[in-house]
Amino acid sequence: MISAHLPALQVVVPLLAAPLIVLARRGAAGWAIATAASFASLAIAIALFLQVRDTGMISYAIGSWPPPWGIEYRVDAVNSFVLVLVGALASVVAPYAWRSVAAEVPEDQHYLCYAMFCLVLAGLLGIAITGDAFNLFVFLEISSLASYVLIALGRDRRALLASYQYLVMGTIGATFYVIGVGLLYLMTGTLNLADLAARIGDVQGSRPVLAALAFITVGVCLKLALFPLHYWLPNAYAYSPSVVAAFLAGTATKVSIYVLLRFYFSVFGEAATFVALPMREIFLVLSLAAMFLASLAAVFQDNLKHMLAYSSVGQIGYITLGISLDNEAGLTGSMLHLFNHGITKSALFLLAGCFVFRLRSVQFADLAGVGRTMPLTTAGIVVGGLSLVGVPGMAGFVTKWYLVLGALDAGSWVIAFAPVVSSLIALWYVWRFVETAYFQEPSAAAAAAKEAPTVLLGPALLGAAACVYFGFDTSFTVGAASRAAEALLAGMR
Amino acid sequence: MSPETAILAALAIPAVGAALIVACGRVPNLRESVTLATAGLLLATVLALLPAVLGGARPAITLFNLLPGIPLAFRVEPLGMLFALVASGLWIVNSLYSIGYMRGNDEHNQTRFYACFALALAATMGIAFSANLLTLFGFYELLTLVTYPLVTHHGDAEARRGGRIYLGYLLATSIVFLLPAIVATWAFAGTLEFRPGGILGGAALSNAALGGLLALYMFGIGKAALMPVHRWLPAAMVAPTPVSALLHAVAVVKAGVFVVVKVIVYVFGPDTLAGVRAADWLPTVAGFTILAASIVALRADNLKRRLAYSTVSQLAYVVLAAALLVPLSLVGAVLHIATHAVGKITLFFAAGAIYTAAHKTEVSQLDGIGRRMPWTMGAFAIGALSLIGIPPAAGFFSKWYMVQGAVAAGHWVALAVLSASTLLNAAYFLPIVYGAFFRPERVAPAHDHGEAPAAAVAALLVTAAATLVLPFLGTWPLALARATVGP
Repeated sequence: MISAHLPALQVVVPLLAAPLIVLARRGAAGWAIATAASFASLAIAIALFLQVRDTGMISYAIGSWPPPWGIEYRVDAVNSFVLVLVGALASVVAPYAWRSVAAEVPEDQHYLCYAMFCLVLAGLLGIAITGDAFNLFVFLEISSLASYVLIALGRDRRALLASYQYLVMGTIGATFYVIGVGLLYLMTGTLNLADLAARIGDVQGSRPVLAALAFITVGVCLKLALFPLHYWLPNAYAYSPSVVAAFLAGTATKVSIYVLLRFYFSVFGEAATFVALPMREIFLVLSLAAMFLASLAAVFQDNLKHMLAYSSVGQIGYITLGISLDNEAGLTGSMLHLFNHGITKSALFLLAGCFVFRLRSVQFADLAGVGRTMPLTTAGIVVGGLSLVGVPGMAGFVTKWYLVLGALDAGSWVIAFAPVVSSLIALWYVWRFVETAYFQEPSAAAAAAKEAPTVLLGPALLGAAACVYFGFDTSFTVGAASRAAEALLAGMR
Repeated sequence: MSPETAILAALAIPAVGAALIVACGRVPNLRESVTLATAGLLLATVLALLPAVLGGARPAITLFNLLPGIPLAFRVEPLGMLFALVASGLWIVNSLYSIGYMRGNDEHNQTRFYACFALALAATMGIAFSANLLTLFGFYELLTLVTYPLVTHHGDAEARRGGRIYLGYLLATSIVFLLPAIVATWAFAGTLEFRPGGILGGAALSNAALGGLLALYMFGIGKAALMPVHRWLPAAMVAPTPVSALLHAVAVVKAGVFVVVKVIVYVFGPDTLAGVRAADWLPTVAGFTILAASIVALRADNLKRRLAYSTVSQLAYVVLAAALLVPLSLVGAVLHIATHAVGKITLFFAAGAIYTAAHKTEVSQLDGIGRRMPWTMGAFAIGALSLIGIPPAAGFFSKWYMVQGAVAAGHWVALAVLSASTLLNAAYFLPIVYGAFFRPERVAPAHDHGEAPAAAVAALLVTAAATLVLPFLGTWPLALARATVGP
């Protein structure tokens, strides 16, 4: 029965696709394999999601070595949702990559680009699915190393520097993580997450465990770009090829947030995390700083991709705000925003890629008046932007609803106002684009432009349509997010 | 057509109309025919709902859940019925006027203009028929967004600035105050449905919490233009006049006060609010808005700006009357939504006709214009009389109920405000009428002109006539207003 091995296949399919592509050494074959692997990943993720929803948690022992001795893959309400997000975004980005990579990456590197894409995909899916702390580290490194390469493929020479910055910060993050895991292993003698959760109670509150919590927090927060550890993110997104930015913006930081949630709620336990250390306060302050300062930084960018990147740092603040609220509505908001912001930001980067394809630039000066010549792309960005603002009928609104509700449940009116006031800053930067694109006289580049080809525009507009769809049909997202929040609050036992 | 289908049709007709308008964009005559046909069809659909609602039925339809436990749902109750009738009825007249105005001024991008207009009407129908706060909030925000291209129609720096203020005020108030208020209502009451008697009564909230929530609602509903969140309305006057006439004298601003009345009657419940000391600030703020806006109007030389501030003041009448919480004043509030609409749209039509025919925008330029444009200025006079509240114009009747309500509530300050404001209304309208007819022209106009295009003049005569005959035409507005207040 193949369906019993779906958890393993979830990672193995994209992982094997990468060397296959390298063997083929052809861009076209690489694209075909990467796309097929993405679709397969999505199909497997959906199958796992449905299985978990109907029958509960799945535990899969790699090589039939029973946990906690062997590596366990463990799919539950929380990570099955993340798997679907990663699979879905890969499946939208991969078809788009065909023309976009051709336009933005030198031809002899195409196959490498697709191979690295598959490795990032395998790594991210692996991080999400594994139930083993060290295996998680391995996948973290696989996805990170591959994404350094992807970012460095950008046409702009600044991409090299951006990649280098990310490499330094990412390595520090991974090191901190592995130090934390080492400390945990020292105290409990196990690396299996569920086993850790069971054993940690005996040593709860001991100094090494608290140190482990601190190390893992800082390490993971570097990867998820929590303000002020976001330094690497804006350039990495702005100078990498458009497909890379679109894929990483929707998945990499989101998977890291999943890791944080997993450790906080499932391993350390909600009580230990928030009682022994002032994590709630720290996250509250940093989230608010992200929501206001990073969003404000987005207002003053003169490059669309930079603006979107700073907006990402701000939107990550929404997600961590839900964590600091530490109640069901708040965590539902976090899980929702993980998904909703993932699709929104990916769609926006894909649309920005359409501008890159035609205008060779996403500077606001070049985007002036582009609403006349590329109306669909521009309208798509307005839709995605409204989802960032959180206008009703958009995915972003649903998140904001739950965050405000979570803040009220936590009894704080002040926090309840934070997400809504911050969305005004989002309105500000989104409207800067609107006025540039619709009201200014077209720049020379914009006047000569026309819509990007359908293979680019199609997936990008599909993303924008998804922002609207998930604003109306919330049964999938809210259902999955609230089940995940419930599971997180219940702990792993 | 069953009432349930009629509700959906009322939402779909203008939306489909907008699509057809875009499709016919290259053939202006066909495009304008589509607009008129859509408007006619919409009114017919809304009218089809009237007998059932007057008969006590409350047609409703629930589509699907937007959030767990909160569906996208519509329910036609008397207040929404009245609002929908006013907006859809005046849309026909306004479309006729638009054709005259837009062609007379040779405006660009007319297809976008008519399409956005139709979408704005779809959003208005959604607001009018919403069965719960979340559905209403969605259409409320949609109305802001689809009217933005209309406000910035001219596309120049001034339009952009006006658009920024418009969007900034309306979205900021609704996102920062109204949304948390709705979420809090959901957290406290466990439902967002509009129910006679309110939903917050059973929540056992403290005095201060109710007062605070009321403040969030009242300032969150920026479209009601309660001071200090009124500045978007004068800013919106950069739009072509048909937009100012239907949207910023009827659909958008009336959506604001409509939601205010709806929240007070169906969310809080007048009986729940009656004992709340922390809500006593509302009549004061509304009263202040009435007087302050009138004084600003008195000093404004730009005609549209004067009309805009007059609207701010008249909207506050509705808020004041609703805030008095007695049945008579609530009837006055509901009626005023309709009576102010016909009166004010006439005034805007006249302002636009003057601009089209004479290219004049300032009050000080209007001396003697009554002789060149007697029909227009005659209609203006009728509209002005209605706003001042002189019988038999429609405005008298709503004011009558408000005054009675103020007496019944024993709120002498409100009574004083209503009287003072009547004088102020007269002070800023009558000199225009007097000057137009009885003073000589100060400077001869650059070109010899008569009336504006026939379509525009016909439209403003229709609304002026409606201002006079509406009160005698039927008892349904009053019946709807009474049914809103109590069984």
